[in-house]
Amino acid sequence: MANHEDIVTTKEITLSMGPQHPSAHGVLHLVLDMQGERILKASPDIGYLHRGTEKIAENLLYFQFVPYTDRLDYMCGMTNNLAYVQAVEKLLEIEMPERAKYIRVVAAEMSRIAGHLLSIGAWALDLGAMTVLLYAFREREMVLDLFEMLCGARMTFNYLRVGGVRRDVTPEFKEKCLEFVKLFPSRINDYEQLLTGNRIWLKRNKGVGVISAENAISLGLSGPNIRGSGVKWDIRKDEPYLVYDRIDFDIPTGENGDCFDRYMVRINEMRQSARIIEQALTQIPDGDCCADTPEIVPPKRKDIETNMESLIHHFKLISQGFKTPKGEVYSSIEAPKGELGVYIVSDGSEKPFRLKLRVPSFVNLQSVDTMCKNQYFADVIAIISSLDPVFGEVDK
Amino acid sequence: MDINTLIEVALITVKVILVSSILFALPIPLTWIERKVAGHIQLRLGPFRVGWHGILQPIADMIKLMFKEDIIPDKADKWLFKLAPIISLVPIFLTFATVPVGDKITVLGREITLYISDMNVGILYILAVAGIGVYGLIFGGWASNSKYALLGSMRSSAQMISYELALSFAAIGVVMVSNSLSLVDIVNSQKVSTWNICYQPLGFIIFIIAGLAEINRIPFDLSEDEGTLAAGYHVEYSSMRFSFFMLAEYVAMVLMSVLAVILFFGGWSGHAILPPIVWFLIKVSAFIYFFMWVRFTFPRYRYDQLMTIGWKILLPLSLVNILITGLFVI
Repeated sequence: MANHEDIVTTKEITLSMGPQHPSAHGVLHLVLDMQGERILKASPDIGYLHRGTEKIAENLLYFQFVPYTDRLDYMCGMTNNLAYVQAVEKLLEIEMPERAKYIRVVAAEMSRIAGHLLSIGAWALDLGAMTVLLYAFREREMVLDLFEMLCGARMTFNYLRVGGVRRDVTPEFKEKCLEFVKLFPSRINDYEQLLTGNRIWLKRNKGVGVISAENAISLGLSGPNIRGSGVKWDIRKDEPYLVYDRIDFDIPTGENGDCFDRYMVRINEMRQSARIIEQALTQIPDGDCCADTPEIVPPKRKDIETNMESLIHHFKLISQGFKTPKGEVYSSIEAPKGELGVYIVSDGSEKPFRLKLRVPSFVNLQSVDTMCKNQYFADVIAIISSLDPVFGEVDK
Repeated sequence: MDINTLIEVALITVKVILVSSILFALPIPLTWIERKVAGHIQLRLGPFRVGWHGILQPIADMIKLMFKEDIIPDKADKWLFKLAPIISLVPIFLTFATVPVGDKITVLGREITLYISDMNVGILYILAVAGIGVYGLIFGGWASNSKYALLGSMRSSAQMISYELALSFAAIGVVMVSNSLSLVDIVNSQKVSTWNICYQPLGFIIFIIAGLAEINRIPFDLSEDEGTLAAGYHVEYSSMRFSFFMLAEYVAMVLMSVLAVILFFGGWSGHAILPPIVWFLIKVSAFIYFFMWVRFTFPRYRYDQLMTIGWKILLPLSLVNILITGLFVI
């Protein structure tokens, strides 16, 4: 006869969450060891979307790599453009005209809004509140329309170029954008009404996926995820780039380092982004939107069509690219998901010798095991949503 | 056998066929309405392509579902797998045997009752039979031989047991006030005095919350929880077997609305400007709308939180409700 104790013992199960799963935020394959619905271990298995972006960069001229950065964090491509062109500019040691800097700030902050909107919308959807996603998409649509006015594209922009931006902002864009940032805070109130005070939302997020400040730092978290733990670390403030030092904005932080704090940080960051855009648009000076460096910035379209020398210059620049001085450079920006860094080793040719991307989602994702331990299966969904990984970026 | 008995039998047969076909056809308008309601809540238009305002969309969906491949996983328990959708569907249909939609009407000098049978233990019968439906979910999840499905059915069995108690206890309050278990008598007793909602506000709230859990809708739709479990207990089902589960879910939602109306809102009683059956339908539709509204507004609870609410809040509250009701009745 079978031993009774053998019959009633519970058994650990290993569950493969993803890569095809509605809440996997792309192609995350999470191997979960569970006792009932308790998580014992969560090990992410990544690489389903690996495209060898860093290797591709070694075979491309410097300016040809910009469109590839759009495909990293495809929810907010502008900041990826910015991180890359800024690194190349640092290598070249060229100075931007003021106007270009302000335009870049506007573009980057709009990207942040677009990214956070999707993050919160998808988060709510994963926890069952489907409506918030569509509310968030209403505003994301407005941002994408603005991007379309700015550069003609809605998702993969290729807008920033080494030495400036591709097109100048038009007065209509400025007007529409100001309208949007005036309207946007009231729309954030809509989401807050549906989520922030909602008992179920609080129960699902408060005290879930807690990570202490020390742990967050040692795991290398950045962006809203580290600020949720109460660490006031924001590259826009701590190592200001572009014109962030001239703009007045706050860094929202959380206290407990749980999912709810990360949610509140994102909500408040969107409000701050709207503030930044408004200030940048009102302060924006007249002038050129590209640096006056003909060896790097191709001539204007109008000149190419009317001027033979410009045509030759353009042809030469596009087919041969430009050379960079020998050396190494690291430059990072505060992307919506955290610190997005680009490290370039140059051997003095037209192509990078080695390019390394420090992508925030990849680093943030490694905290998933620490956060999930001893939580319930349903919490894993909230935790992944709160980390907000994008797999274009994680897998590169 | 005299002619009267024959007519009685014929009438009952006609009523059974009528109720079953209405219930089978019910998801057609309901899915359309649900998607329209969802659309308008979510700043969309909802279905719009097939027919006027997408009214033929459910028909198109049905045709699509019928022609989908009926997949049975290799390692599934085939017999249970095929049985599960039927087990979840049949009991919920059976409950309507005793659900009244009106009192009596007179056609050609003959009194016709607007219910199949008025059992003297009506409410008890409904709760008991509806409870069987959960076996469909458990079998479905177990037979699929998939971890996601198993977790879903595990959740649903625990959920059903916890919430059936609170649901029944909330109904007991009404039974004490109305002094009967028969649904017709419960409605008639509310015609004499006022609606039970006035005597049983707490009972009503418990009933609605437990009802939401009982019919697996957000915020308590943990057994299918598409965010976590993909689709829970019916993740391996496709084609018509899947639609049987959906059908059972919709009929359960209607049943819960009907019960709420009969137990707490006076059934078909209402002002004389409209016929009783119209009042009944209006009230039921209001509840169906309420369930849809809730679904598209709230996130869902976590499994352990659901259990906490069921056992630590709703159950004690429903006992308190019975106690208070008992004191008043005495």
